[in-house]
Amino acid sequence: MLLIPCPHCGERPENEFSYGGDGTVERPTDPAAVSDADWHAYVYRRANPKGPHVEYWYHQFGCRSWFKVRRDTHTHEILPLEDETS
Amino acid sequence: MHRYSAFSLLRHALTGHRGWAPAWRDAEPKPHYDVVIVGGGGHGLATAYYLAKLHGIKNVAVLEKGWIGGGNTGRNTTIVRSNYLLPGNAHFYEHSLKLWEGLSQDLNFNVMFSQRGVINLIHSDRERDVLAGRYNAMRLNGIDAEVIDTKTLAKLVPSINLSPDIRFPIQGAVLQPRGGVARHDAVAWGYARAADALGVDIIQGCEVTGIVQDGSKVTGVETTRGTIGAGSVGLAVAGHTSHVAAMAGLTLPIETHLLQATVTEPVKPFFDTVVSSAPAHVYVSQTDKGEVLIGGHIDGYNSYSQRGTLPRIEDILASAVELFPRLSRLRLMRQWAGVMDMSMDGSPIISKTPVENFFINGGWCYGGFKATPGSGWVFAHTIAHNRPHPLNEAFHLDRFETGHVLDERGAGPKPQAH
Repeated sequence: MLLIPCPHCGERPENEFSYGGDGTVERPTDPAAVSDADWHAYVYRRANPKGPHVEYWYHQFGCRSWFKVRRDTHTHEILPLEDETS
Repeated sequence: MHRYSAFSLLRHALTGHRGWAPAWRDAEPKPHYDVVIVGGGGHGLATAYYLAKLHGIKNVAVLEKGWIGGGNTGRNTTIVRSNYLLPGNAHFYEHSLKLWEGLSQDLNFNVMFSQRGVINLIHSDRERDVLAGRYNAMRLNGIDAEVIDTKTLAKLVPSINLSPDIRFPIQGAVLQPRGGVARHDAVAWGYARAADALGVDIIQGCEVTGIVQDGSKVTGVETTRGTIGAGSVGLAVAGHTSHVAAMAGLTLPIETHLLQATVTEPVKPFFDTVVSSAPAHVYVSQTDKGEVLIGGHIDGYNSYSQRGTLPRIEDILASAVELFPRLSRLRLMRQWAGVMDMSMDGSPIISKTPVENFFINGGWCYGGFKATPGSGWVFAHTIAHNRPHPLNEAFHLDRFETGHVLDERGAGPKPQAH
């Protein structure tokens, strides 16, 4: 069981949450000005690291807030978000 | 290679089975190969076999960081089928199924392919429309497919729960009679033995740590057993495709997710097909040893840990027990997880890349096992001719950029939804 640290509710079991994927991907602010290659990168390409990964979680069966978590994809350890290097 | 036969079995029986030779050599890496395949699972070994057998490229090495067949080949639920809707998928998987049908003879190794039929349950009117549409499309593509009612289903699977009072009552099913299961280890061992006999070096305990590049061209790989030069490098490391491709500077449309499976204690045979349900997210079959093999949906978050968590297993087991109430008192023997390349459209990538002499075969989501022979067959062709075979043209890496995605489920660019 993963314990996900919700900033509002504290650590809660993983089955209260939905996963939102890579949290470092940012939607281009002006889609009209973006090249096809950049738009493709935003929609499809993911670093998919084996190690620390900043990701979105949604506390669906709780306070319903979206937030970022930094988690090691190899060990499942939850890491401090402040160390985010990306 | 000594051919296996009833006669060889008898001959070895007379000498107390002490004379069996190893099925493949334990090769030392040479400084250079024409083709280096990274990954000694079914797909990598099949690729090496077809390179040597069909394309005359015999100076080939298969590099495996652990032991062959010890990754996802040894962790899957062994289901073989070709029930796909989209033309880009349908013909490829059907070609693979046809290869399965002759595989034991081709490899001279019993892969225990059992065409016991694969059943997908129908739980709603809408699902009947979608599945009947898909199975009719299969028939138009020349693939066997049947829509069956609950009466026929009850005959095929007497133990299934047809009560109207369950969460997802069963209204019927679709059946691919030529689908079935195969022995997963035997597939890896059979391809390894047959490839080795054609001169392929199978190098275990050899992890790739870097890709050697000269400009935009790949010229070899760095490994834990030294640098190995290569004319071409092909990746067959599904689960870790992003990880290894990143060594060549590529960022792929793939996320790595966990998929769990479990087996019960062995019991007497009580059903001889494969039964799956999409809304309940579960697929069940009974192995030759009598264990009931149960698989389900991915855990749903990026992970390379090969270790799932209990909420998903609980969910899968609840569904399995609903379909087969008699499972409720069985104990579980083992539970495990594999790591899946979840691609952005749910279909595989078997393709050239922007890096010269560098080919990838990955993005299998959780359907790679059935594709093993076909995947190796088209990947060998792609590497040997430096262009895809018509059967894997649709699996090109460029499709995400050009908009030609193969989204069988229509779920959009959400890997955890495929």
